[in-house]
Amino acid sequence: MAKRTLRTLIGASLLAAASLVHAQESRIVAITQIVEHPALDAVYQGVKDELAEEGYVEGKNLTIMYESAQGNSAIAAQIARKFIGENPDVIVAIATPSAQTVAAAAKNIPVVFSAVTDPVGAKLVNSLEVPGANITGVSDMLPIERHLDMLLRAVPNAKRIGTVYNPGEANAVSLVGLLENALKARGLTLVKAAATKTSEVLGAARSLVGKVDAIYLTTDNTVISAAEAVISVGERADIPVFAADTATVERGAVAALGFDYYSHGRQTGKMVVRILKGANTADMPVETMDTLDLFVNPAAAERMDITLPDEFIKEAKEVVKSNK
Amino acid sequence: MLSEIAFYGAVETGLIYGLVAFAIYISFRVLDFPDLTVDGSFPLGAAVAGVMIINGWNPWLATAGAIMAGMAAGAVTAILNVKLKILNLLASILTMLALYSINLRIMGRPNIALLNEETVLSPWYDLDLAYHQVPVLLFSIVAFVSLILLWRFMKSETGLAMRATGANARMARAQGIATGAMIILGVAVSNGLVGLAGALFAQSQGAADVTMGVGVIVVGLASLIGGEAVITPTTVWRALLACIVGAIIYRLAIAFALNADALGLKAQDLNLITAVLVTLAIVLPDARSSLVSKLTRKKA
Repeated sequence: MAKRTLRTLIGASLLAAASLVHAQESRIVAITQIVEHPALDAVYQGVKDELAEEGYVEGKNLTIMYESAQGNSAIAAQIARKFIGENPDVIVAIATPSAQTVAAAAKNIPVVFSAVTDPVGAKLVNSLEVPGANITGVSDMLPIERHLDMLLRAVPNAKRIGTVYNPGEANAVSLVGLLENALKARGLTLVKAAATKTSEVLGAARSLVGKVDAIYLTTDNTVISAAEAVISVGERADIPVFAADTATVERGAVAALGFDYYSHGRQTGKMVVRILKGANTADMPVETMDTLDLFVNPAAAERMDITLPDEFIKEAKEVVKSNK
Repeated sequence: MLSEIAFYGAVETGLIYGLVAFAIYISFRVLDFPDLTVDGSFPLGAAVAGVMIINGWNPWLATAGAIMAGMAAGAVTAILNVKLKILNLLASILTMLALYSINLRIMGRPNIALLNEETVLSPWYDLDLAYHQVPVLLFSIVAFVSLILLWRFMKSETGLAMRATGANARMARAQGIATGAMIILGVAVSNGLVGLAGALFAQSQGAADVTMGVGVIVVGLASLIGGEAVITPTTVWRALLACIVGAIIYRLAIAFALNADALGLKAQDLNLITAVLVTLAIVLPDARSSLVSKLTRKKA
């Protein structure tokens, strides 16, 4: 009799254990990234950290498949096929080209894109509010108007704004177009300097000297990789350099309003979690970055020979003390 | 192991790059003309086809436009070499450089999305085939037709004159062959094939992007040499077949590398793997075909 009770007990506990395992059934998230780059790597890290914080721990109840295409579109295509063949719960595609190759092949698997500036122009979604098919995500479209407000509070007399951008980068080109229109609407002019690779950024920045009152850098991957080149020109020619992402403020830009790719990744991760919990991509509008914290680097301002208004510095969420 | 979709994906990309391998065969092997134009003519084909498609052109006409654009780019490289006496390698680098700007001009922006546009693949999706098998079917047909046409061309009088030009230009000239015209024609045909490959790739991947030409030359060369290691290129037919087989093998190798988590391999190791594979294909004694040994001798 005792034996029987024991057996029942063991059986019951086994069953309970089994159902527990079932509840913690392992989920698969596949992440494809077009190239290794600090900004895109930060997105990847953000996605992973968000998943972990929400209880999806790699190796326990989550498998993360991650591949970078080394900037090669044929490999990006093969990574997309590989992931679709593995049938994961969600595919995360970082940057426009990766997202497009996944979208071309994945018809039923939920896809969340990240670090895509213009998802409508890239034909990933029909509209930001109603994405349409199995794909949605987070756009890194910048609140350009808010950024310009910030810039003009710091340098109220600026009439000509310069920017350096890579004409071969889809995201950068759409941002520069927006920037140009926004400035025109305020009666200001944009002076553009093109750099197709990081080694050309310095020359492009130098070409702006004497033509602009301030420089604003978007999240252009090529230019941000060589942001120091622009900053050094700004310091020598006393042109204040502003950035779209806060990481560049730590590298010596005067100020930026709240954008950073790590938080972008965290926000992407939140969407992934919602899908893992059963949400439908069709009901999830494309999101944009919502944090707008001011980062200021007064020492950099001094080096570029501008005096920031006191209340401007007081408003800052973070005052960077770089001694570069 | 390799999933069915990953397998078909590798074959699909391999068939497209088989066209690139044909092109490299014509320039490197037949004409002995190291041509880097292909890194520019691949996105050029994608750009021309992409722009024409979004402007409502028939996708096949758009693809034909891509071939013409590729041929024009190849002709420019060859003319720089033949008429202006610029070293062939340098001439091709100049054209490749210029094509970056030209491609941006053609597209008007760095990326043209073709998702949900009418492409050469669209009507084929109505067939009773799985979604991932359709491009393989269509691209097999394109690759096979190209192979037959090229084979016939190489056996024609013009084709023989072209092969003679590459084998021994001085002798060819003595036989009354216009070697300059042969080089221009050959490099043009070669880049026309690359333009075709670029156009098909953009249509199957849903976008033309100005950066998609990066490393096309290396992949084409690796496919060519890999194929020659498997199929000894004793005849033109075998050499052309080797291009297709080599390109598919290369893509399957990448697909396996993407799946070889157990070996600790990742996509970022692919450039190293490519370099090792190409080196092995050249030095392995069994794999040494006449053409491969020619290459080794030159290096020595």
